Amino acid sequence: MFPASTRNKTLQGGLHSSPQIRKARQRSVRLTNRWIGLLLPLTLLVVWQAAGSAELLNPILLPAPFDIWEEFRAMLLSGELLSNLGISTWRVLFGFLMGGGLGLAAGLWVGFSHKAERLLNPSLQMLRTLPHLAIAPLFILWFGFGEESKLLLIAKGSFFPLYINTFLGIRSVDNKLFDVARVLEFSRMQMIMKLILPASLPNILLGTRLSLGVAWIGLVVAEMMGSTSGIGFMINDARSMSLTTVMFVGIVVFAIVGKLSDSLVLLVERRLLRWRDSFQGEGGQ
Amino acid sequence: MSEHSLVIEHLNRTFASPAGPVHALSNIQLKVKQGEFVTLIGPSGCGKSTLLKIVGGLDTGYEGKAELNGRPITGPGIEKGVIFQEPRLFPWLTVEKNIAANLSLKNPAVRRRVDELIELVRLKGFEKAYPRELSGGMAQRVAIARALLRSPDVLLLDEPFGALDAFTRAHMQEVLLDIWQNNKTTMLFVTHDLDEAVFLGEKVVIMNPRPGHIREILPIDLPFPRSRTGASFQELRRLVLQAFEKGEEPALDLGAGI
Ligand SMILES: Nc1ncnc2c1ncn2[C@@H]1O[C@H](COP(=O)(O)OP(=O)(O)OP(=O)(O)O)[C@@H](O)[C@H]1O
Ligand SMILES: [Mg+2]
Repeated sequence: MFPASTRNKTLQGGLHSSPQIRKARQRSVRLTNRWIGLLLPLTLLVVWQAAGSAELLNPILLPAPFDIWEEFRAMLLSGELLSNLGISTWRVLFGFLMGGGLGLAAGLWVGFSHKAERLLNPSLQMLRTLPHLAIAPLFILWFGFGEESKLLLIAKGSFFPLYINTFLGIRSVDNKLFDVARVLEFSRMQMIMKLILPASLPNILLGTRLSLGVAWIGLVVAEMMGSTSGIGFMINDARSMSLTTVMFVGIVVFAIVGKLSDSLVLLVERRLLRWRDSFQGEGGQ
Repeated sequence: MSEHSLVIEHLNRTFASPAGPVHALSNIQLKVKQGEFVTLIGPSGCGKSTLLKIVGGLDTGYEGKAELNGRPITGPGIEKGVIFQEPRLFPWLTVEKNIAANLSLKNPAVRRRVDELIELVRLKGFEKAYPRELSGGMAQRVAIARALLRSPDVLLLDEPFGALDAFTRAHMQEVLLDIWQNNKTTMLFVTHDLDEAVFLGEKVVIMNPRPGHIREILPIDLPFPRSRTGASFQELRRLVLQAFEKGEEPALDLGAGI
């Protein structure tokens, strides 16, 4: 946010229209645009808290933000939150590495070989549309309530985005660059390492981001279906005891770690794709 | 061994299309000496790119004879350097890595040659730049350096300067002539531009479409460096133009240099 004095100045600038003032105003408009996204949630939070303080809300159904915050602190200090978060994170990571890794491998294989495409792609596309909730009971039946069924559910989810995007990335490598590589006498290995992989990296990274997102969704389903630990269990357990503040803490934590893991991949992407200069959106940088 | 580096005889190329076969090239006869600079000119669709692709080994569906150094052309390779109309750089590699491509810059011999070539195409200071940071002319110079690093016997250029403005184009022509005079690489240069064809070539091959064929091969007996404004240059330019008029074909692009 910017100090009130600059805001006043730019407001006055609206009356005159010298080019510098106009430019300064444009800049402040851009700044405003950036912060404008916070306006709605902040207002909501204030109204919510005010309504809670005025005892207009049933705390069993909708506790006030301050109470949720207090619960969050208490759970953090008791260590309960971190131990559950630790277990959930471990599950997501392991399931994602397993499913995403396999998805990447399958995507590479099917991308490189038309024979593999005809062999695998139809079946995989069919499995892709099966929803988590339909599969989960079967996994529990087969593997019990232990870690296996949870990891498999997460892995199943994170397999497909990486598989599809890797496959797509490989198939969309520019034919003109293939001609160049042939003229330069790239070996088969060099074709893969120096042309196909770098060219499909943007798609592979997009697949990674999507896979990670799906992994968190799979985790929630897995932990809610049957579990004795993790954030998903925490929410479910709190529901049965009507501890609404705990439920909200769980939901907020999910939102935060989901966003954090996404930002992490985005950061890696920015580093690896520095060479790219595609359109970043109107007013983007 | 013959003195000809490139020999093309009775070359035909037909493409199948829904509307029936397209005769892109018909009975092409062309001999190019080692170290010769040949320019190919003709209206759009007369098969210039097709011919260049065949020589480059990127199109092997031809009939007839196409030989480089006495061996039939069966596929692409570094002895046949190709410069396309667009630079076709690898966007994820810096300038120096684009030039090296599949060769390692850690090899001191490669490193030294790359540095020399960067000097030659006047890109000093841009070694570490990515393609998106280059102008069209700079990118095309990187493509030229990339081909030269492999010391090709013949350099095939398909309208390499087509997308450049008149000043950059004139500069690039000088750069190319420099390279040619230093390395004595055989050059096969496709262009739309009459002045470019006469300015660069020792021989201008004039092609006409439907079906693509060679109308005339005109020697340009002017010493280098040439002057575009001299009387003999203008006279030769007029001769090439005349050859087209005999072909009663639609006028070709005379835009630049008039
Ligand atoms: N892969 C292909 N399949 C079918 N027809 C083709 C193919 N490549 C070229 N042709 C046809 O061959 C003819 C010659 O094409 P070519 O690209 O060689 O022309 P050009 O002289 O290079 O034209 P321009 O100056 O516009 O680049 C055209 O009629 C074109 O339609
Ligand atoms: Mg062409």
